[in-house]
Order: sequence, then C-alpha cells, then structure tokens
Amino acid sequence: MTLAIFVVLAAVSVISALLVISQKNSVISALYLIVTLGSQAVLYFMLGATFLGVLQIIVYAGAIMVLFLFVIMLLNLKRDEFGPDRRKGQRVVALLLTIFLAVEILAALKIGFPGHTALAGPSTVTGAPSEVARSLFVDYLYPFEIVSILLLVAIVGVIVLVRKRI
Amino acid sequence: MATYILIATLKVVVVFSVFMLIVAYLSYVERRLVARFQTRIGPNRVGPAGLLQPVADAIKLITKEEIFPDNANKLLFLLAPILSLVPALLIMSVVPFGDSVTLFGHNIDLIISDIDVGVLFVFAVTSLGVYGVVMAGWSSNSKYSLLGALRSSAQMISYEVSYGLSIVGVLMLAGTLNLMEIVENQSSLLDWYIFKQPIGFIIFLICGIAENNRAPFDLPEAESELVAGYFTEYSSMKFGMFFMAEYAQMVNVSAIVTTLFLGGWQGPLLPPVVWFLIKVFAFIFLYIWIRATLPRFRYDQLMSFGWKFLLPLALLNIFVTGIFMYL
Repeated sequence: MTLAIFVVLAAVSVISALLVISQKNSVISALYLIVTLGSQAVLYFMLGATFLGVLQIIVYAGAIMVLFLFVIMLLNLKRDEFGPDRRKGQRVVALLLTIFLAVEILAALKIGFPGHTALAGPSTVTGAPSEVARSLFVDYLYPFEIVSILLLVAIVGVIVLVRKRI
Repeated sequence: MATYILIATLKVVVVFSVFMLIVAYLSYVERRLVARFQTRIGPNRVGPAGLLQPVADAIKLITKEEIFPDNANKLLFLLAPILSLVPALLIMSVVPFGDSVTLFGHNIDLIISDIDVGVLFVFAVTSLGVYGVVMAGWSSNSKYSLLGALRSSAQMISYEVSYGLSIVGVLMLAGTLNLMEIVENQSSLLDWYIFKQPIGFIIFLICGIAENNRAPFDLPEAESELVAGYFTEYSSMKFGMFFMAEYAQMVNVSAIVTTLFLGGWQGPLLPPVVWFLIKVFAFIFLYIWIRATLPRFRYDQLMSFGWKFLLPLALLNIFVTGIFMYL
C-alpha cells in the first residue's frame, strides 16, 4: 500500500517536473511546479516528517509560487518571448552539466558520503516541531542566525537596487 | 479496524453535511441581516419567511447555461472554482467542535483528525486558497478578471504574513500546535487567549477578513471598478462554487477564531457542540455586521495598512509576549 502510494507520488512529481521545463507557456509551467512541490510535501508526510511537509506547502506552494505567478501575470509574457535561446553554446554546456550531475548522483548513491551509509534506512527521528526547533535554535544556532542576517542583507540589497533604477 | 473506519466515515459525513447546510443558509442569513441593517425586509417569498431561498438559488444556478469565454484555457477555467472550494472545505477537518461523546459503547472524539500540527495545517490549506482566484483570473482571458486576480493575490500574500504572526503569541503561551490542546488550555473564562492576547486577536480577525476577500477588504471583486473581479466570466454552478468557497471560508475563520481565542467548545451548562456553534455564529454575525457598516478600502490604503501597521504591530506583540513569558 505504502509502496503503491510512493510510486504514484514519485511518478507525479517527476512527470510534472519534466512538464515544468517542457511547457512553452510560463504560467502553465509554474502551475506544474506547484504540483511537483505538493507531491513532494506528501512524500514528506509519508516519511513521518509532518512538520517539514506542512512547511513545504506553506512556504513553497503557498507563498513563493503565488509570488511567481503574480510576477508572471503582471509582466504578461508573450509566447514568443520563450523561443529558443540564440546563444548556441548553452546547449553543449547544459548537456555536459547534466552528465556531470548524473554521475555525481550515481556516485553518491553507490559510494555514499564519508561517515554515512549509502542509503539510509527508516529514520528514528520523528520530525516533530520541537525536534526541528531544537536543532535550529540549540544545535545550529549560529549558522541559522548568520543565514537569517544574510537573507536580510539580500532583501535590503534588492530594495536599494530597485530604488536606483526608478 | 472496521469500526474505526465506520466512525471516521460517519464523522466526515456528519460534519460535511452540517457544514454545507450552514454554508448554504449563510447566503440567506446574510441577505436577511444586511436587509435589516438597511431597513429593508430581504428575501421572504420562497417558503415560510423565505427559508427555502437557498434551495431556489441552487436550482437557479444549476440550470443556468455554462459559458466558456473565447480563448479561455478550458481546463484551468474549470479547475479554478474547484481549487478555491476544496481548501475551504478541508479546514474543518482539524477543528475540534467538542470534547468527546460515548455512542453505542464507543468513545468518539469530536474532531475529525486530531493532528499535532493542526494550526500549521490550517495555515497551509488557507494559503492554497489563492490559487483558485489566480487561476480563475488568468484563464478567463479577460482584463477585469486578471486585474481582480492580481489584486487578490497581492492582498492575500500581504495579509497572510500578519495572519500567521498574529497567532504566534497564542502558540507561545499554549506551547503546542495541536488545536485540541489549545482549546483544553482555555478551560476557564480568564484563560481565554482573547484576554491574554487582545492585540493578536484583533490582528487575526482583521487579517482573516482580508484573507477572505470580504468587505471592507473586498477589492478583488470591487464591482464599481472591476465588474466582479476574478469571477467576472463565470456562470452557472462554477460561479456558485466561488460563492460557496467564500461562505465556507467565513465559517472557517470564525471557527478558528473561536478555537484559538475564545476557548473553542468550552462553556458551562450547555453541551460543547452548542457552545462551539454559538461562538461561531456570533463571529459570522460580526462579519456580516462589518460588511453592512464599513466602506471599502482604497488599494494603497489596504497595502500600507497591512505592511506598515499590522505587520509591525504583530511583531511587537510577539516581542512583548516573549518578554512577559521570560519574566
């Protein structure tokens, strides 16, 4: 039963991810990306990480993708703006990078990371909100706070750049 | 196992039926109440005191012609009303409407699904409601719809931030994300979070109305400038579904306000379910009262109110709550 649900969800996730990059219309692409993110959220639920799954929906599906759609609709992009890119060199680079990534993933699955087994078994961590909070605010407090400052700097930077152009 | 499935199914069927009945009759209640506020009578011809009006409305909507605009994206056009109704119906599944009753020797908790991240589930599902609006506006291939959808998505994103932050104070005091436990924490009147978190309560209520696109925040469907906003091109039951979604969201916001701030189903003498319904209907009345009283915001007022007033106030509320808890 669990396996059947996993297979369906994984298939939905991968197929909609492929449709994101193959669609000509950017609004439809964005909608398929929401399907991908949503099915990944359900995969998190299946792994018992309910908190992470709900956050995935709130942050990605609920906020970031709405902003994507908002910007796409506001710019009202025409179909021909998404024609083939004129820079031919990109295709070769893209192919090389894809092969590199595939080799990397295969190597990671085969060898694993130092200190970790290649394919982890079922996790003993429940992923409850309190556990996530402990790792964020106790174990990794400084990295977490530094990242938040970095994000704040990025937001302020964006506003400064936009102000200059107007 | 079989009885477990049977009980769960029964709970879903009963809650869903009552919920849909309330949603259907809200259209009647709202028209009657708004009529009273404006010293009119309101619909009173269909059945005794107009009580069969929702049935007549449903028959009218179902038998109307289905219109698809030219060059509309048909699939998305059809999907949009469904995507705005489904999230609105899902929220009730985690709201506790009573403690527990014993029926035929089985102890039944009066909540469909008692999950640990109930509060977050509510916010996750609420945040998905905007897609129905966005897709409706975009797929209609009409400028009024698109403008309505753009306004709506900007409004919903802006107010969602303060909406989420307004309840952080309650969550800090309660120390849990489980809605059942939050209700149980408010066992006496003075424990109600409305008294401990008055600012959070007011921000939550304002943002709830804004999330819901109800007056005075009904800019997405401002009829004087946008015809009907994102559902301009809709007819028949697809139009009806947008309306059902709006009324269902009204019930949801009222139910969540009741659960988080007003002690949920807790109350003396009367059974818990009755207390829950009384509190929910009090809020629905407040909703309609506000709609009948206040004029619509201007768009720039709406944005500056949300970002420059509600958001800092919500952050300040969290800060002050934190200081009090530390003391």
